[in-house]
Amino acid sequence: MSSSSTLTLPFDETRRRGGALSELLSSDMPRSRALSLILLAILVVLAATPFLFPGSQPIGTAAKICVFIVLVASYDLLLGYSGIVSFAHTMFFGIGGYGIAIALERLGPTWSSVAVGLLAALALSAVLAVAIGLLSLRVRAIFFSMITLAVASAAAVLASQLSNITGGEDGLSFQLPPALRPAFRLLSEPLFGTAVNGRLVAYYLVFFVALLVFLMLLRIVNSPFGRVLQAIRENEFRAEALGYRVVAYRTAASVISALAATVAGALMALWLRYNGPDTTLSFSIMIDILLMVVIGGMGTMYGAVIGAALFVLAQSYLQVLMEAGSTALAGVPLLPNLIHPDRWLLWLGALFVISVYAFPGGIVGRLRQARQ
Amino acid sequence: MTEPLLQLSGVHTHIGPYHILHGVDFSVPAGELTMLLGRNGAGKTTTLRTIMGLWQASSGRIRFDGSDITERSTPDIARAGIAYVPESMGIFTDLTVRENIVLAARSGPVDKNRLDWILGLFPALKRFWNLPAGNLSGGQKQMLAIARAIAEPRRLLLIDEPTKGLAPVMVRSMIEAFKSLKAAGETILLVEQNFYAASALGDSVVVMDDGRIVHSGPMSELVADQALQQRLLGLSLDAHQ
Amino acid sequence: MSDMAAEPTAATAELPRAKTDWLPLLLVPALALLALPFVGSPSTWVTLTVAGLAMGMMIFLMASGLTLVFGLMDIINFGHGVFISLGAYATLLVLGPLAGWALSDSIGLNLALLGLCILVAMGVTALAGAVFERVIVRPVYGSHLKQILVTMGGLIVTEQLIHAIWGASPIPIPLPQSLRGAFVFGDIVMERYRVVAVVIGLAVFLGMELLLNRTRIGLLIRAGVENPEMVEALGYRIRRLFVSVFIAGSALAGLGGVMWAFYRQTLTAGMGMEVMVLVFIVIIIGGLGSITGCFVGSLLVALVANYVGFIEPKLALISNILVMALVLIWRPQGLFPVARR
Repeated sequence: MSSSSTLTLPFDETRRRGGALSELLSSDMPRSRALSLILLAILVVLAATPFLFPGSQPIGTAAKICVFIVLVASYDLLLGYSGIVSFAHTMFFGIGGYGIAIALERLGPTWSSVAVGLLAALALSAVLAVAIGLLSLRVRAIFFSMITLAVASAAAVLASQLSNITGGEDGLSFQLPPALRPAFRLLSEPLFGTAVNGRLVAYYLVFFVALLVFLMLLRIVNSPFGRVLQAIRENEFRAEALGYRVVAYRTAASVISALAATVAGALMALWLRYNGPDTTLSFSIMIDILLMVVIGGMGTMYGAVIGAALFVLAQSYLQVLMEAGSTALAGVPLLPNLIHPDRWLLWLGALFVISVYAFPGGIVGRLRQARQ
Repeated sequence: MTEPLLQLSGVHTHIGPYHILHGVDFSVPAGELTMLLGRNGAGKTTTLRTIMGLWQASSGRIRFDGSDITERSTPDIARAGIAYVPESMGIFTDLTVRENIVLAARSGPVDKNRLDWILGLFPALKRFWNLPAGNLSGGQKQMLAIARAIAEPRRLLLIDEPTKGLAPVMVRSMIEAFKSLKAAGETILLVEQNFYAASALGDSVVVMDDGRIVHSGPMSELVADQALQQRLLGLSLDAHQ
Repeated sequence: MSDMAAEPTAATAELPRAKTDWLPLLLVPALALLALPFVGSPSTWVTLTVAGLAMGMMIFLMASGLTLVFGLMDIINFGHGVFISLGAYATLLVLGPLAGWALSDSIGLNLALLGLCILVAMGVTALAGAVFERVIVRPVYGSHLKQILVTMGGLIVTEQLIHAIWGASPIPIPLPQSLRGAFVFGDIVMERYRVVAVVIGLAVFLGMELLLNRTRIGLLIRAGVENPEMVEALGYRIRRLFVSVFIAGSALAGLGGVMWAFYRQTLTAGMGMEVMVLVFIVIIIGGLGSITGCFVGSLLVALVANYVGFIEPKLALISNILVMALVLIWRPQGLFPVARR
């Protein structure tokens, strides 16, 4: 790895600028005022959701956004930074979910069960990611995509077949450790009118773990390792000629990405107190991830934040808007069908296609361009 | 003086970030065999591919048979009457020898007399007529590639290093075949590294170096002038004799 | 094919023989025979084999176009599955007005109905394929990453359009009367519809083999799969050829969709994508770009799934992955690697 110094240089240069915030963001600043404001707004709103919006739907939406930010950011490490199209990402998401669900169901609702479940899930994900990587990352990108698609579908089938372990199609519901249950009171008095109960603790657990994992991913893509990944993405043969072991780097990226997805799956299960094939393993979630990462902006990390927030909000609230539009257009042929609330994916799909053609940098790329 | 069949003027070609041809000018008169010589990497193959439209010239003009073909697509250039035999020969190994030739005859069945003439030039092809072309040896593949190029009457043949990697006996029979093609009045632009083959065949010669034309003139002049040979081609070509 | 080229006047007698790669072709019968002792009863074995062949033929119909498109233009269409769904839904255009034909006892009317469904479905999917190629695929020639993404996007949008047009809930469709039930010979039971599927699949396979080996356009396709640039240098417009193959491949997926729809007797927009996993496995096994490989791969995957499903049901659904892994260990480029790759 003697030649790696040439690639770390630009990193070191940028690193000298900026203060604590720059340090926290690994010198990878948003580089656009609008983008900074949006990201800040998302951060503040997510941090304060339980106090800003009453009721269980907003906090549920916020938790889902947190989980998907991690999931999508980890996918961006593969797709955007390494140029690998994998369809097995939901498999690792599912492993995280099932790890928590099975451990808590079998071993009882304690923190040590959470630890056992998470560690076992992480280990399994790492082994699978290494196996898939070593076996198929040396072949052409198309092969890899098809093989991961097949493996992911096999995993989904397996999860629904092994019903005595996974609960089959019904999935598993389980009890959380006492500190995360709604009945638990951290403070006896409500804070700013919101009860500080176990549900709130669970939300902040999700929020802070998601934030931490996101910052770690940001650090990884901006490290020398991340630069090599991008060099490989740009020109595989050149990177190989420079002495980088392409398969090893790509496999390492797959493993890191898989581990982060596993954590996201664990958070999802903890938040929902349930895990099943439809919540973590289904192919439609894989499609959702693709939409989020591409619309948000591939290879930017911040795109994951914007994509996940936009997508989950659209999923929850765009339908209300379309409902109104659809009723207004009642009587016109086909048109009401096209903006029927259940057709929201149609429009995001179209946005996705347009993104791939017209702005490969997604929303983040757009915002950064607008600044220049 | 009539216009030459093929005329390149000021042709530049870029491949990705690389600037390969730096203003190439030369012409190929009808009915002659023009040799294109030069070191490895001089731009000979790029020149042929640019003529064929497989790479687009970034500036300059290519005129063929009185019309400008610079911007035309490869199939249109082929239809205008140019046949191309790449260095890799471009044989369809999965197809039989017959099928390879059938495809090359775009306008319909191969004329019987013409086919007899072609198989007379390359008798070995007859033996493998209905076998997948992948079974042929390197020299036989080269014969098939040339047979394919002349399956129909063409105005111009572009042939890239037909003697490369062939045994001496094969090189000699290839030279004989080209002599027959010349006798039949074909116009040929032939890229060659083998100066022995080149000097035996060429009417005129164009020498390239570093993406530029460094010499052009009658072959006889170059054959007679040892000093010029030495300067233009160095030892790399003589070594093939 | 005497019109294509004159024969040379003196073809010599001592022709060296062509080497045909028989081994992969023998896999299918070998597998079937191997399964016999494990299955036990010969009558069950026949039933399983016919069912497996029927399934295999349907997968072949859906996969064949995709593998050719890939071979010709190095383009992979992850949205191919939507043509399967579209073909399946197109049967509604026929089944709606001609519902009576399905209930009739006349074999003639029943088969005519199936034929009409197939024709309409192929027409619809050919049209959709043309639009898809123009709008979705053409702007991203050359970039695999964008191809995978954008064809996925096309899949999402088209699936949603199917929902918008025909509704989101599953639609039951009736199998024509005389195609229901089974042929019974002693204790051997063969479901009629499966026999029909085998016949249609076999006919299409033979038709494609004839087309690819005995016609000029077939020669061009095979040549184009191996070396597209040389095909252009010979004066053929490969893009036009590719578009035709893309459209034909979409129509074949539509045909596969009709067969698959009557097999399941239920329509869902996601049905195409569900079966795409098998399709991908099959074209990987067969060797990307090879029709024969695609055919052998389809039969292999479907038969293995059926036998394993009978012998050890829990393994059935991952047996495909195992078959793929074994084949790739034996031949990393697939059963019939196409020369160029």
